[in-house]
Amino acid sequence: MIIGLDVGGTHTDVVLVGENGLKRHAKIPTDTAALFETVLAGLEKITENINIGDISHAVLSTTLTTNAIVQNKLPPAGMIVSGGPGVNPEAFRTNQYYYITSGSIDHSGREIQPVDPDEIAAIAAKLKDQGIRNVGVVGKFSTRNTAHETRIAEIIAPHFDNVFPGHKISGHLNFPRRIHTTFLNASVYPLHKTFFEAVKTSLEHKGITIPIYVLKADGGTMAFAASIDFPGQTVLSGPSASVMGSLAFAPEKAETIVMDIGGTTTDMAVLIDRVPLLAPQGIELGRYKTLIRALHSYSIGLGGDSVIRLDGKEITIGPERNGPAMAYGGPTPTPTDALFVLGRVTGGDREKSAKGIQPIADALGLNLEQAAEAVFDRTCRQIMAAARHMIEEINRKPVYTIKELLKGHQVKPTNILVLGGPAGHFVERLADISGLPVATVPAWSVANAVGTALSRATCEVSLFADTQKGFIMAPEESFSQPVKVNFTSQEALQIGYQLLRQKAHKIGADMDSLEMDVLEELEFNMVRGFRMTGKNIRIKLQVKPGLIRNYKTITDKIAAGAAI
Amino acid sequence: MLEAAYKTGLVFFPAFDWAISDTHPEREERLLYTQDQVFEEGLFDIDGITEFKAELADVRDVRRVHFCVPDEERVMTESHFISAGGAITLAKALMEKRIERGFALVRPPGHHAMRMVHGNRGFCNVNNEAVMVEFLRQTYGIDRVAIIDTDCHHGDGTQDIYWHDPDTLFISMHQDGRTLYPGSGFTDELGGPNAAGTTLNIPLPPHTSEEGFLFVIREVVLPILEEFKPDLIINSAGQDNHFTDPITNMHFSAQGYADLTRILKPDLAVLEGGYSIEGALPYINLGIILAMAGIDYSHVREPGYDLEKLRQSPQITKIIEETGKTVLQNWRQREIIGRHMKGFNKFAERRRSIFYDTDGLHETQAETLRVCDECGGALKIASRCDSGFQAMAVHIPRKACKSCKELGFTWYESADARSYDFIFLQNRTDDTYVERKRR
Ligand SMILES: [Zn+2]
Ligand SMILES: [Zn+2]
Repeated sequence: MIIGLDVGGTHTDVVLVGENGLKRHAKIPTDTAALFETVLAGLEKITENINIGDISHAVLSTTLTTNAIVQNKLPPAGMIVSGGPGVNPEAFRTNQYYYITSGSIDHSGREIQPVDPDEIAAIAAKLKDQGIRNVGVVGKFSTRNTAHETRIAEIIAPHFDNVFPGHKISGHLNFPRRIHTTFLNASVYPLHKTFFEAVKTSLEHKGITIPIYVLKADGGTMAFAASIDFPGQTVLSGPSASVMGSLAFAPEKAETIVMDIGGTTTDMAVLIDRVPLLAPQGIELGRYKTLIRALHSYSIGLGGDSVIRLDGKEITIGPERNGPAMAYGGPTPTPTDALFVLGRVTGGDREKSAKGIQPIADALGLNLEQAAEAVFDRTCRQIMAAARHMIEEINRKPVYTIKELLKGHQVKPTNILVLGGPAGHFVERLADISGLPVATVPAWSVANAVGTALSRATCEVSLFADTQKGFIMAPEESFSQPVKVNFTSQEALQIGYQLLRQKAHKIGADMDSLEMDVLEELEFNMVRGFRMTGKNIRIKLQVKPGLIRNYKTITDKIAAGAAI
Repeated sequence: MLEAAYKTGLVFFPAFDWAISDTHPEREERLLYTQDQVFEEGLFDIDGITEFKAELADVRDVRRVHFCVPDEERVMTESHFISAGGAITLAKALMEKRIERGFALVRPPGHHAMRMVHGNRGFCNVNNEAVMVEFLRQTYGIDRVAIIDTDCHHGDGTQDIYWHDPDTLFISMHQDGRTLYPGSGFTDELGGPNAAGTTLNIPLPPHTSEEGFLFVIREVVLPILEEFKPDLIINSAGQDNHFTDPITNMHFSAQGYADLTRILKPDLAVLEGGYSIEGALPYINLGIILAMAGIDYSHVREPGYDLEKLRQSPQITKIIEETGKTVLQNWRQREIIGRHMKGFNKFAERRRSIFYDTDGLHETQAETLRVCDECGGALKIASRCDSGFQAMAVHIPRKACKSCKELGFTWYESADARSYDFIFLQNRTDDTYVERKRR
């Protein structure tokens, strides 16, 4: 059996899933100030009177790193950045411990200006004086030549707890994002490490010695031990938990919109044949744009508790939330109140809801039920408009070859899956408006924790080869090897698959069911002076996000079981 | 955080699967390193810089400008439709006020493509700028347009298309035609009698540097623009003036290109040539994008840049100043020159032979223009190409007067279908394009 634990803003959901489906589930309040206690309490509760030997592992999705970043509660990390020609790196300053140095590398990996060791030593001394313990080192085009970052890291290593060279954090091109990703990684490192070591130790004290995995923003997992150096990847894992929990319930060949309709927001994602769509670059959190791989998600300020506004005869919903629905003692009418008036939701004070909706009815010259119906209809239409907007944005994504443009896949949704508190009431109307089949995710109230439990390990490698200069490299893997001028992209792919397998093994993937996938394979003839002198090859491979082997026996049981 | 002072749209279409041939300068690799630079600098993340997906131009967009023999599909590839479509995408975004400026980083280029197209000339088949401009006129009612061609080669295709159009100011600055393909673009090429002076050429001596280029922009181009008062300024942004370009002989730089862009302030720029793909293009394109967006570009510097070494000789400065004077003089006397060209003629004729260097084709043209004081004038072109095709093409200009319009129809209808493989009518007054084939 597997434990899945997802820490949410207000509640933490824990499930125990196995061959018999959902064995047990628990919901406990999240104490943001004492996250450790919350997690531990969740794990204790779910393992009560269970034979620990029957549990294979636990997967945790926490808001630990996300909250710390958003609330700015991290010990400051230092940054040493070398830009060279181009945009002034001052524009990407992270904090006062951000130093720009000389030394530069061009797009082909050629050294333009060497590193100045004295300059680096002086910066290190300053950072040390300032009490900095963790430092990120990022150079422009370090993914094409890692030498400068490596050299700088060597020089300063003796003076700090940890040094993070940018090329190991991401192999993608995007200097500003690599700076911010490396900075966040260095910033959350101590917190993440301390937290999970404490969780592990506490569990061991209680005799629970199971492997622990953490959920990432791309809907994949990673063994805790492997996550220590890359804690940045655990940022914003929340949205991916529910998407992964819905995945098994989407048709096998379909383009599915997943909608998580909450109190304050509705979060959307897209599945193509049960594989979640990834964001083109990486997550954005506060003022940080990163290269942290993430599911493509789209969030709007519209949920059951959103404010209803009347603009003349026009109803609009959200984006603000003033509190719960009036039925639950809230201050302003909400879509949930409309559902109360219509008698579709019970368990609150319908009278209060009616009191809130009545002025809207009066203004529109409708009776109470008609007004509630209008509010509900408007809510559904706004959600569908946002979904259409999301799909348009996805399809507007530029492509760079003729083939891609002409045969370019356009996402055309074929069905919708909804989950979240009021989701069930929305099914019919969303279907009417969209003309698509709409269904709820079975056991939707714990789908996030189920998704956390059932997600499999994911990872990615990037390779770059220049056969004219005679090398192939994979910056994140610290891999580099000479190649002959006639080296082919087929050979590069073989090396890539090998590196990906090694990486997958390291992060605790199930090696017998690895689904590897080519994200990018480009090969260019390099011509100098009207003569072909080599090849320029770029390859990206991934273990794609998905569910673990045998998930079907579990999710079939969940689908067959009673709703929670 | 970086923020663009001007909302800038980019279309990036490197056509990673299109080349003229494996080792041709116009090959897949050309914008690869530019893409690397643009991605690594994170330009698309900057607030106010938006990347748009190039759309496909359609056949009608092309027919507004060109006569393609035998047809569009035979002289154009998919990437040409995308390249021209990319320019249209930005034009739309500009008109819909989603952006304030736009730069189409597309290939293949287009400024050597003339009105009549039998094949590829100077790496170009379809004139991206002209397709974009006529789309703007047709869809948004734009009237006066200035096209400033800063490619190192004379923009002879664009010149040909707008030779008789008094509403399009075409200025090309380029390496002297006596020293570089296509061998044209001299100061006395001023447009036809109905549009004298709205075509201007500024040939520059080899080894012209930043000083010379910026002098021409400031002292010649800007004053003329000031007077012409265009609704839109388009820049044919070729990048082969760079000191490392392998097929030209100029001394321009990335800083210089950025300065030029800042001073010229084009509404829309379209990439043309530029073949120093590693040492120049990544930096020039970066400089141009930053300059368009109004972001500091002072740190943009290509390897090997040495202002002192690149400085132009006093002799070059003198030649450029003289050329500038001539051009300004021609511009100021354009009405007299036009009247002189018209004389008492009812028609103006032109015979030319045109070489399609890439495809090795040879075409001869006999052009007849109705001399007219009210409009650009009805135009007919009899064309014979050694590909074996003979065509008769009639162009009725966008703002044609009644007489020119009627004459255009008469020409089209009375052309003998036994003498030509194709007879085309390009009627810009109502956006219709028809043809008759050999009987
Ligand atoms: Zn050129
Ligand atoms: Zn006329």
